[in-house]
Amino acid sequence: MKNSRFIRNIMLGMENLWLHKLRSALTMLGMVFGVGSVVAMLSVGEGAGKQAMQEIAKLGSHNIIVSSVKSVEEESATGGQTRISMYGLTYDDHKRMQESFPALREIAPVKLIRKEARLGDRMMELRVVGTTDAWFRLVPRTVLAGRTLRREDETEVRPVAVLTEFGARKLLATRNTLGQIVRIGSDAFEVVGIVRNESGQTGTMQIPDQDVDAYIPLSVARQYFGDHFVRRSAGATIRERVELHQIIAQADDMDHVEPTANAIEHMLRRFHKNEDYRISVPLALLRQAEATKRTFNIVLGSIAGISLLVGGIGIMNIMLASVTERTREIGIRRAIGAKRRQIIHQFLIETIVLSTLGGLIGIGLGVLTPLAITWFSGMPTVLTPLGILLPLAISLIVGIVFGLYPAANAARVDPIIALRHE
Amino acid sequence: MTAQDNTIVQLDRAVKTYAMGLQKVHALNDVSLDIKSGSFWAVMGSSGSGKSTLLNIVGCLDRLSSGAYLVEGQNVAGLDDNALSDRRLRQIGFIFQSFNLIPQLTVQRNIELPLYYLGWDAERSRERGRELARKVGLEDRLNHRPSELSGGQMQRVAIARALANDPRLLLADEPTGNLDSATGEQIMRLLRDLHGEGKTIVMVTHESHVAAYAQNRLHMKDGRIDRIESS
Repeated sequence: MKNSRFIRNIMLGMENLWLHKLRSALTMLGMVFGVGSVVAMLSVGEGAGKQAMQEIAKLGSHNIIVSSVKSVEEESATGGQTRISMYGLTYDDHKRMQESFPALREIAPVKLIRKEARLGDRMMELRVVGTTDAWFRLVPRTVLAGRTLRREDETEVRPVAVLTEFGARKLLATRNTLGQIVRIGSDAFEVVGIVRNESGQTGTMQIPDQDVDAYIPLSVARQYFGDHFVRRSAGATIRERVELHQIIAQADDMDHVEPTANAIEHMLRRFHKNEDYRISVPLALLRQAEATKRTFNIVLGSIAGISLLVGGIGIMNIMLASVTERTREIGIRRAIGAKRRQIIHQFLIETIVLSTLGGLIGIGLGVLTPLAITWFSGMPTVLTPLGILLPLAISLIVGIVFGLYPAANAARVDPIIALRHE
Repeated sequence: MTAQDNTIVQLDRAVKTYAMGLQKVHALNDVSLDIKSGSFWAVMGSSGSGKSTLLNIVGCLDRLSSGAYLVEGQNVAGLDDNALSDRRLRQIGFIFQSFNLIPQLTVQRNIELPLYYLGWDAERSRERGRELARKVGLEDRLNHRPSELSGGQMQRVAIARALANDPRLLLADEPTGNLDSATGEQIMRLLRDLHGEGKTIVMVTHESHVAAYAQNRLHMKDGRIDRIESS
């Protein structure tokens, strides 16, 4: 019974608004655009945030990436042609990490060598990644054909290689993919698998794999290519000795990532004279991205909030005019026996209907806008239930807040004076 | 029934003062009056004599400055706005000179208006609205808006609305003031019929041929009762 009366009141409110179609529509417009922009902005913000998260997730949220870098001291050292610059992570570092950090679930040592690969008359420049089977658990990619590296490949020093989809297309072309013998440098490798690759960059951090990668066992890389590299840059020959270019480790729990990274840094500092390593934690980047997104949302939210405020003031303005215009009607209702509370209800319901209806249309608009943005610009947008319910709730609240004052004004009307009002 | 039970409106030394600038105006000055249930009163007097104030007081639209006002034996002088609204809703029906229908509502909805505040459900209200429209001869105008009606028709809608809550007391403020004399006659005959059905009617008018329909004619002057004629 109570419920049907509530619906009846809403219907009466709608009828009254319908009497002034144009005015009601124009009044609602403020809410329509206010709510529409809130919904659209939230979904664009959410989309941008999600894209950043996905990029970072490619790096692995549980991962700790330790990379070799040339220390400042080493960079400035002079010794002419004969000097060999030695820096970076060592096999011992890898062993120590394996032994002293129980929180690390997986540790993949990485040795990077640029080599040319040939198959018949096809040729391409590869980034040879000497690593272990752990790599593929740390950088999980879809296996398109064959298999990834195995423990036996490492222990038995098998000359096998796993190519990326990109490399396989370029090198193998249309030939039967698996079992081909590819020459890398001067050595022969058997292609045992092909994986899909991701490529790209997230902020300042390169994701671990590249499309020109070829994965071979670390023991093979050590034995075939050694630890010495000769680079030619700017006419000079630089001789370097680097054991491992990277060690990628994975913590067993999100909460262990950052403490473990700190502990690794502490350990490395003890064993390295110079700071010839760098530790990067994608999770920290993720946190940063989340913080950025939060700031972004607050800024967008404030802008949208202001437009809602303007919409609300517009509604209040019209309702105040409507109260003045309907003074006589209010007087009649009061004379007949309507209580102040009932007059407040009547006007409040009209305002709420106005703002909520505006809100609903705004949500429709706000849902279509991101779709259009995605369609035309390819920018990702995400609609969340909160992104729709929140603006709807706000429009309801705006209706109540900005309706109270005009409704209270209506209830203050003195019936005797109101009945004389023309 | 005792005499007390038979009195529907009782004013005792009623005073109503307004502040007009620095001056106090006595709109009602020591008015005592008993109105018996089922009687028909006309209140007459020049403008400013206090007849409208008297009607507002009797209709629970206004409060006395001092004195007592009893409706059906209950003092309403000290009631708050809510309680006064409730009195109007349940015990009183108003008829105005300018009809005071709500322009955007149909005849049906105007008649039903008090029932909405009484909390009747839509179905029952519609039924009652139709019944009242039939009573005042407007059952074929139910879906018209007031602007589509003649003055006499509008006043009949207003009377139907005043009857919706089945009040014992009908108050009319110059009910024929905006009507031509032929239409005014019709409205007065309608009021006389209602009186015949047992309604108590208090009517403000300044026209003696209208006042002639009433049994008692109360003449007001300067906020006081000048004289009462009964026929």
